[in-house]
Amino acid sequence: MNHQIILRVIAKMFIPFILLFALYVQFHGDFGPGGGFQAGVIFAAAFVLYGLVFGVAAARRIAPTRVLQACAALGVLLYCGTGVAGILLGGTFLDYGVLDSHDPVHGQHLGILLVELGVGTTVAAVMISTFLCFAGRKPS
Amino acid sequence: MIELLDLSLLLFLAVVAVAVARFRNLFAVVIVMGFYSLVSAALFTVLDAVDVAFTEAAVGAGISTVIMLGTLLLTTSKEKPQPFRIVPLVVVLATGGMLIFATFDMPAYGDPDAPIHQHVAPRYIHESAQEIGVPNLVTAVLASYRGYDTLGETTVILTAGIGVLLMLGHARRSENAGGDADGDGEDA
Repeated sequence: MNHQIILRVIAKMFIPFILLFALYVQFHGDFGPGGGFQAGVIFAAAFVLYGLVFGVAAARRIAPTRVLQACAALGVLLYCGTGVAGILLGGTFLDYGVLDSHDPVHGQHLGILLVELGVGTTVAAVMISTFLCFAGRKPS
Repeated sequence: MIELLDLSLLLFLAVVAVAVARFRNLFAVVIVMGFYSLVSAALFTVLDAVDVAFTEAAVGAGISTVIMLGTLLLTTSKEKPQPFRIVPLVVVLATGGMLIFATFDMPAYGDPDAPIHQHVAPRYIHESAQEIGVPNLVTAVLASYRGYDTLGETTVILTAGIGVLLMLGHARRSENAGGDADGDGEDA
């Protein structure tokens, strides 16, 4: 689609806003609709748009397979790590109340933020790599 | 007014579902499926399930449409004509009939006395402001009260991603054997 100048310009204009919106959905999930899963998918949608307009090779350059694989695993690790941190601080697995020794509600906020970040990282990485896997294959 | 909206959205959904079943051009089917997801998202919004609507619009209408189109590019976009078979039709009609029959025993939509609203929901609604302190109740339930479930879901997504990478990522690499030995797909 390299010759589609309108598509290229519009996509370039939109991608920063899509990424920004994904981050908004990610970190505003406590207050409004949304959360890690939705944010991850929107974040991935920006890469999908980039891949569709500028080609899979260009998309792979900004999102190398190894980085995506590491991010997919890191997200789950962050989630589990938050749970294990709860155990180490004297609570139970995935009990965020103990993450802040003074205020359990603040601990809950911190736990939800970390856990949602883990979900978002995994979802975004898996969605992008799935798209690249499908789009990167040559038609047989 | 809201009933009219519900009714037209549900009618739309039914029409789109029949269209998906009837079309033989898979390209059209994928696009219409995306439309189906979009109408579902509108329906979820009417039902005040904004978080679900958000997910449906992003995944159903967005990513999965793109991935299905990518699949069509690799396979074919024409469905082979199928002979008419009576047994599947009977099975589908019987299952659908039983499901509709079962809905007669369900509590009315939004009934506050329904069993689902009696067990843990009151606790979430009354206590989460003090316990979690997060205005979005859905986030409080998903990430904190039901943290195990969400951990499981995230692991499922990771496992699905690993599966796709194993099946499609590896085959692509062996096709281009030699050109891209380190597997980071630079030549794709």
